[in-house]
Amino acid sequence: MSTTTTVAHEGGHGHSHDHPKHLAHHFETLDQQFDAGKLGIWTFLLTEVLFFSALFVAYTVYRSNYPEVWQFASQYLNTQLGATNTLVLLLSSFTFAWGVRNAMLGQIGLLKMNLAITLLCAGGFMGIKYMEYSHKFHEGTLWSGNEDTIFRLHAEDVPEHIKEHSHAWDNRDGEFSAAVRDLDPEFRQKLGIFFGVYFCLTGLHGIHVLIGMLLLLWLLLRSMRGDFGPDNFNAIDFGALYWHLVDLIWIFLFPLLYLIS
Amino acid sequence: MTSSTNALDRTNYLNATKGFMSWFWTIDHKRLGLMYLWSVVGCFILGGMFAMKIRLTLSGDVDFASQTAEQMNAYNNAFTVHGAVMIFLVIIPSIPAALGNFVVPMMLGTKDVAFPKLNRFSYHLWLIGAILFVTTLFVGNLDTGWTFYPPYSTGYTDVSVITAVLGAFILGFSSIFTGLNFIVTIHKMRPPQMTWFKMPLFLWAIYATAVIQILATPVIGISLLLILVEKTMQIGIFTPELGGDPVFFQHLFWFYSHPAVYIMILPGMGVMSELFATFSRKPIFGYKSIALSSIAIAIFSFIVWGHHMFVSGQSELMSIIFSALTFSVAVPSAIKVFNWIATMYKGSIAFTTPMLYGLSIIWLFGIGGLTGLFLATLGTDVHFHDTYFVVAHFHYVMVGSALFGFLGGIFYWWPKMYGRMVDNKWSKIACIMSFVGFNMTFMPQFIGGAHGMPRRYAAYGPSAGFDGYNEASTLGAMVLMTGLFLALGTLLWSLKKGKKAPANPWGGVTLEWQTPSPPPEHNFEIDPPVVGDPYDMSLFEWKGEEEGFLPVNPRPDDPCVANVQPS
Repeated sequence: MSTTTTVAHEGGHGHSHDHPKHLAHHFETLDQQFDAGKLGIWTFLLTEVLFFSALFVAYTVYRSNYPEVWQFASQYLNTQLGATNTLVLLLSSFTFAWGVRNAMLGQIGLLKMNLAITLLCAGGFMGIKYMEYSHKFHEGTLWSGNEDTIFRLHAEDVPEHIKEHSHAWDNRDGEFSAAVRDLDPEFRQKLGIFFGVYFCLTGLHGIHVLIGMLLLLWLLLRSMRGDFGPDNFNAIDFGALYWHLVDLIWIFLFPLLYLIS
Repeated sequence: MTSSTNALDRTNYLNATKGFMSWFWTIDHKRLGLMYLWSVVGCFILGGMFAMKIRLTLSGDVDFASQTAEQMNAYNNAFTVHGAVMIFLVIIPSIPAALGNFVVPMMLGTKDVAFPKLNRFSYHLWLIGAILFVTTLFVGNLDTGWTFYPPYSTGYTDVSVITAVLGAFILGFSSIFTGLNFIVTIHKMRPPQMTWFKMPLFLWAIYATAVIQILATPVIGISLLLILVEKTMQIGIFTPELGGDPVFFQHLFWFYSHPAVYIMILPGMGVMSELFATFSRKPIFGYKSIALSSIAIAIFSFIVWGHHMFVSGQSELMSIIFSALTFSVAVPSAIKVFNWIATMYKGSIAFTTPMLYGLSIIWLFGIGGLTGLFLATLGTDVHFHDTYFVVAHFHYVMVGSALFGFLGGIFYWWPKMYGRMVDNKWSKIACIMSFVGFNMTFMPQFIGGAHGMPRRYAAYGPSAGFDGYNEASTLGAMVLMTGLFLALGTLLWSLKKGKKAPANPWGGVTLEWQTPSPPPEHNFEIDPPVVGDPYDMSLFEWKGEEEGFLPVNPRPDDPCVANVQPS
C-alpha cells in the first residue's frame, strides 16, 4: 500500500494511472484512508452511545425514584420473547463478524451468505418485537398519556375495548384484576412511566435495527455486484461495527427491562 | 508585470466549474464553507429582524395595560425565534462550519476534510433544519423560549414547537457530523512534520470544539426527540400531570446547552489567537497554555451545567458544587486573555480591520466573562436570575465574543476566500460602529438587570422605572444594526471593486497563506511547504501592497514567488 504515495501530490489535477482504484482523491495512502474511516466510525459510535444515554439516565432516575414500580411493571414484559431476541441478535453479530473475515479473505460466496443470514436475523428480531408491541397495545400496558392505557387512577376511566383483552382487568368483577386492584392509584399511574421509558428505549433501538437492515441490504447488493474483496472491505468492516453496537445496546436493554426482580 | 500571487485570472476553486449544481452538490470544503457562510449571514439577518422587533416593542410609551394578548404573544414569539435562530442557525455553525470548513484543510496542507461527502451531507442537513425553522414561523406562534422547557413546550404551546424541535434536532446532526469530520481530519491528515504542538491554535480550538460537538450534541438530540414524542404522544417522561419530571429535561437540556456555549466561543478564541499573533508580528505568547486551555475549557464545560438551575429546585448541595465548579472555567479563559495581551506587548501592532475586531473582543469578552462570575456565585445569581443582567451577560459572550470573532475571522480570511481586499477605511468604521452600538445596547441592560428588571416581559409600564434603559438599549441596537450592515456592505463592495489580494496580505505563517488567493481547486499548486513553527513571523517579509508578504527564503518552485520575477 505504501508504494502508492508518489501520486498523492501532483497539484490536484486528477489521478495518475497507478492510483489505487479504491483510494479517494484527498488521501495519500490506502492505510490513511482506512485509519480515517475507522476513527470516523468509532467516533460516530461514541455519539450513538451518548444519543441513547439520556434514555438510560431517564431509566436510572425513575427506577431509583420508584424502584417498586419498576419491579412490578417488569412482569408485563415477556422474558421468553426478549431472550429469544437476544439470541437472534447475538447470532446476527456473529455472522456479520464472520462476513468481515470473509471479505478480508476474498470468500465472496460466504460473505453473501453471512450478510443474508444477518439480514434475516434482523428481520426476525423486528418480527418478534412487533409481536411484543402488538400484545402490549392489546393489553393496554402502555405509557401514561396513551388513551388506551390501562394504568389509570380510577377503574371507570379504563376504555371498554381494553377491558375485554387485558389480563390486568377482571371482567367478572368489573374491576382491575387482583394484583393491580391492591395498588395505590398513584402507583398504578406511575406504571405508565415505565412503559414510556420502555417504548422510547426499545423504539429507538428498533429504529436503529431498521437502519441496520437498510445498511445490510446495501452491503449485500454491493457484494453481489462484486465490490468487496481483500483490497476493499472498509464498508463491511464499518457496517459490522455499527451492527455490533446496536446488538450491544440490546444486550443492556434486555436485563434492564425484562429481568427486574 | 502583475503579481501572480493573486489567482483571480487563473483557474481557481471559484471559477473551476460553473452552475448551480457545481455548488449545491460540491464536495469541495472551500465551496461548502462559503455556502455555510452566506446561509449563516442570511439567518443572521432573519434573527436580527426579530431582535429589532423585540427592541421596538420595548421602547416607546408602551403601557402594560394597553397591550393586547395578541401583541404579547407576538412578543413571546419574537424572543423565542430570535434566540433559537441565532443560536442553532447562526452562532453554532458560524465559525466551525463556515470558517472552519474553509480554513482547516488548508491549514493542514491537505486537499479536503477526511469525509467530503459527509461534509456535503452536513450542509444539506443544515439546510433542511433551516427550512424547518422558517416553516415554524408560518405554522404557529412559537412562544416557549429557545430552551423548549416542558411543560410549556409539551403542553401549552401550539404545533409550531414540532417543526422547531425537529429542525433543531436535524441541525444537531449537522453539527455532529461537522465535528466528527474535523476530529478525524485533524487526527489523521496532518502533514508528517506537523506534530500536535506545531498545529496552528485555530486548529486546537476547532478540535476542542469538535470534541464538545460530538459529546454534547447527541444528548440534546435525544432530549429534543423526547420533547417531540411527549408533545405528539404524551409519553409522560417530562409532563408532571402524567408523573414525569420537567426538571429532568432541564438537566438534559443544559448538559448540552452549557457546553454549546463553548461550541460558540472556543472557535472565536481560536480566530483571535491567529489574529493577535499575525497582527503583532510576534510569535504567540504561551502557545502550549493557549492550546491546552482550549481542551481544559472543553472538559470543564461538561461539569457546570447545574448553574442554570439554581432556582429550579435542585438540591442546595448540588447548587453549591456547581457554583464552585463554574468558577473553574474562569481560569483557562483568563489564561487565554492574558496570553493575547502578552502577545501584543512590544509587538509591532497593525491596526487592520480584523485586528480591530480582535481588540474589541478583549473588552467585550472581559466584561462578558467577568459578569459570568456574578452569575456563578450562588447568592448573587438568585438575585440576578431571569433579569436583564443575564441577558446582557450572554450577549457579551455570544455576540460580543463569538460573533465578533466570526466577523474578525471573515475579514481576516476574506482575501483568501475571494482574492479581493476589503476597503480599509469603511470596514474599520463599520467595526467601531458595531462595537459602540453593541456596548450602548447591552450596557444599560446590565444596569437595569442589576436593578431587578426581569427578562421576557412584553411591557413594563412607566412606574417600573425601566423605560430609560430600554430607550438607550434600542438606540444602541440601531447603531449596532447600521454598523453590521455597513460591514456587510464593505464585503459585498470588495467583490466587485476591491483591490486584488496577494497570497499573504497579512503576513500569517500558517499554510493557508502559502497558496494563491483564491486557492486552486485542490488547495495547493505544489506540495505544501514543510511545516515549521506556525508563528515564526521572521519567515515572511513585506514586499509592498501588490505582492503582500513573501517568504524570506522562497523555495524554487513556490508559485507565489517564482512567477513574480520578470522572466
